[in-house]
Amino acid sequence: MAKAPNPEFEADCIRRILAGEHQLFHELIRPCERAIFFLLLSILHNEADAEDAAQETAIKVFRNLHLFRGDSQFKTWALSIARNEGLGRLRKTDRLREDSLDALTGEDSGDFTPAVLTSWREVPAEALEKQELAGLLREAIDSLPDIYRNAVMLRDIEEMDVCETAAALGITEGAVKVRLHRARALLQRKLAHKLKSFAPRHGLFGWGK
Amino acid sequence: MRIDCEHVWQHISAYIDGDVDAALRAEIDKHLETCEICSAVLDSTRNVVVLVADDRVFELPAGFSERLHDRLETVLSSEK
Repeated sequence: MAKAPNPEFEADCIRRILAGEHQLFHELIRPCERAIFFLLLSILHNEADAEDAAQETAIKVFRNLHLFRGDSQFKTWALSIARNEGLGRLRKTDRLREDSLDALTGEDSGDFTPAVLTSWREVPAEALEKQELAGLLREAIDSLPDIYRNAVMLRDIEEMDVCETAAALGITEGAVKVRLHRARALLQRKLAHKLKSFAPRHGLFGWGK
Repeated sequence: MRIDCEHVWQHISAYIDGDVDAALRAEIDKHLETCEICSAVLDSTRNVVVLVADDRVFELPAGFSERLHDRLETVLSSEK
């Protein structure tokens, strides 16, 4: 996970870059590049497209740096540029669906009741050494409706707070919470029964066959 | 106020994030003490949240950062 950005370092960096020290931009964008890529992957569903869009985003962030006002965190601002880049590409390829436009903020359709279990044995993070488990998690996230996936990507995977996530996605904090709740409910529903087989049978190190 | 299972499920995400008020948290905690279904739903949801946050689930493509900074470099060094 990228380290928490340091606002003073950022502000100083931005001043110096705008004064001509362009090389410093590498350090400014570095802590944001993972989140930029995964937001774009969430929007575009394709690694090669997301990588190209991430590069374009970084270049646009650099070229528009003089427009950054410091009202939000730099990372949030960079992510909103990434989001516009991603949605712009979808529009060009005519793949932009209604839900990507965030038009359905108040939508209530869908079943968000959880998978009902009577007991749960925790699946330890060590189980992720198994590619199969990571694959199941990626597949479940990839199958979420776009608006829920974008929220879970920033909030749970990039561990941004509700306020930053809202600013990056251009939605309210309330909408972030609703979408996150639904995303988590859908993930629990898709995954709970499958994950059970990764739970330890006899203590933490007894898992696996 | 007595709450039922469905009510607990509606607040699970906020509960995990510590974003419910004290009164509601106390109600949910009381419900969880006696409801093994809601306890399992809460634990499994929390476990899913922890697992998806692990860096091993979503890894950057190999060489992503190098390619990004190489392309940036051509822009940074050519623009005044």
